[in-house]
Amino acid sequence: MSTAVNATPTARRTTPRGFALEPVFEGLCFAAATALLAALGGVLVSLAIGGWPALSRFGLSFVTGVTWDPNPDHETYGAAGPIVGTLITSAAALIMALPVAGGVAFFLVELCPTILRRPIGTAVELLAGIPSIVYGMWGLFVFAPFFATHVETPLMTWAPPGSIWETLFSGIPNGSGMLAASIILAIMILPFMAATLRELLNTVPTQVRESAYGLGATTAEVVLKVTLPYIRRGAIGAVMLGLGRALGETMAVTFIIGNSHAFPKGLFDSGSTIASTIANEFNEAGPLQSSALIALGLVLFVITFTVLALARLLLRSQVRA
Amino acid sequence: MAVSARHVAARRLGNVVFVAFCALVTFIALAALALILYSLIVQGLGGLNLNIFTKSTPAAGTPGGLINAIVGSILMCVLGMIIAVTMGILGGTWLAEYAGESRYGTIIRFLNDVLLSAPSILIGLFVYEILVFPHIQVRLFGHDIKIEPFGHFSGLAGGVALALLAAPVIVRTTEDVLKLQPIALRESGVALGAPVWHVIRTILWRGSASGILTGALLAFARISGETAPLLFTALNNQFFSWDMTHAMASLPVVIFQDALTPYPDLNRLAWAGALIIAASVLAVTIIARAFSQEPRRS
Repeated sequence: MSTAVNATPTARRTTPRGFALEPVFEGLCFAAATALLAALGGVLVSLAIGGWPALSRFGLSFVTGVTWDPNPDHETYGAAGPIVGTLITSAAALIMALPVAGGVAFFLVELCPTILRRPIGTAVELLAGIPSIVYGMWGLFVFAPFFATHVETPLMTWAPPGSIWETLFSGIPNGSGMLAASIILAIMILPFMAATLRELLNTVPTQVRESAYGLGATTAEVVLKVTLPYIRRGAIGAVMLGLGRALGETMAVTFIIGNSHAFPKGLFDSGSTIASTIANEFNEAGPLQSSALIALGLVLFVITFTVLALARLLLRSQVRA
Repeated sequence: MAVSARHVAARRLGNVVFVAFCALVTFIALAALALILYSLIVQGLGGLNLNIFTKSTPAAGTPGGLINAIVGSILMCVLGMIIAVTMGILGGTWLAEYAGESRYGTIIRFLNDVLLSAPSILIGLFVYEILVFPHIQVRLFGHDIKIEPFGHFSGLAGGVALALLAAPVIVRTTEDVLKLQPIALRESGVALGAPVWHVIRTILWRGSASGILTGALLAFARISGETAPLLFTALNNQFFSWDMTHAMASLPVVIFQDALTPYPDLNRLAWAGALIIAASVLAVTIIARAFSQEPRRS
């Protein structure tokens, strides 16, 4: 560098301005990036430390026990109810949202009239950004009353006594409960999954699709046998990202799940999820109860981290969605 | 090979069923989402009036508004964005310009992606533990010294929680847009004798400004509707306050609490708040999309 500056002997040897700050700037950038790592590590460590009193006291029964009793005389925290509630509502939401999200994505990429493609695609992407509390409020005030009178009550009166349907449809027909929460969750993750799937479908080269059409394949065959296998890994990643969202979702669920820690018995029964339990109780909790809630957070962290890590590994191989 | 007419008919039928299914579910999905927006607008407009922007949150049965929550939300989001933009741009720059394919860079990139979609309630718990709750006792020269960063709920803690949610979005966008800049741009800057950090600041950042701005706006849209992390950090405040070192109201938390009360006037207030949030999030997202050449999502 300095030889270039000294090309003419008369030029004064100067150190260009700012070279001294080079390592400072790089250090700052490095520190900012490392802070992210520290944040994620800090979440894990702080949850482990905060949850330790409850975890060490209840041991394995914290995860397997079904009694969640904050009464100071006989405090017991078994979190099987919220944990199973989280897994069931998320899985049910995924099962409901996936075919619809897939249908919307296929429709937008393969079938939609060109003039509608942009408006509908934009609408789906915008809806993916609506805060979840809006979905929760809609669930509480609009969906629940409708669901109670038009779905729950008829199904419960229809279910023949003694059959599996009676068990499945048991609960209080007030519009809130496990199934209602799953449906709201499904509506909430739907635009997100549809938008991601659409982006993935758009990465399929036109030639691939056109050659399939050229061989005489129908639209259904092109989609199901050519484009879907092409984006397979990324699609699984997108689905798991949706699952990650559903698992950690707080507000949309808290409004409508009924918030009961008992192990849910039927689809209309009230239940709870990890996130809804934390949101409801944390601010009024005693020391051991807060520790139990933080331990619940640790369980949620482990579940979602696994799901999200898998999702990112699968997605990264295709697109950075 | 003869193609049987029945086989062709079956394929045609399968195709019709598939196309009909896709069209039907698209219609159902759009209808459901339209229904949500419809009730949001109808109920929200019903609750909107001048009081919303002039009075603080009321007790049930008295007239009131949301101004304390609106100001609280803005203050905490702005604080969150200041931290997140600084950290996000620097972190994203490190990933794009210095990290290369190094193992540490790959790890950070991966963890940033995970942090991007981590449950926000866990971020809230984390900030609660480091900024709201901690009472670390140190014994020094026979004296107990208590370290309490805040020791109580505060708007600052809320802002930090929001920053942790926004930063990964900005890191990601910054890295992506910087990598779009041609290598020749960097080389020509360095060839003129400029220090690398000078090249990054005056050439690369300037060239990627609109992309970075898009990322920042998307991050802003994301955190402005967040409720869960504020529940344990900023809590809520019934009164108007500029003081960020104490508990602070925010729109999402007020909506959450008012919606769950049995009082119709508080419920109406919650709807009005939800409309304000949804409208501002949509507005910010649309502005962000206008800034980016192609639709970019986080």
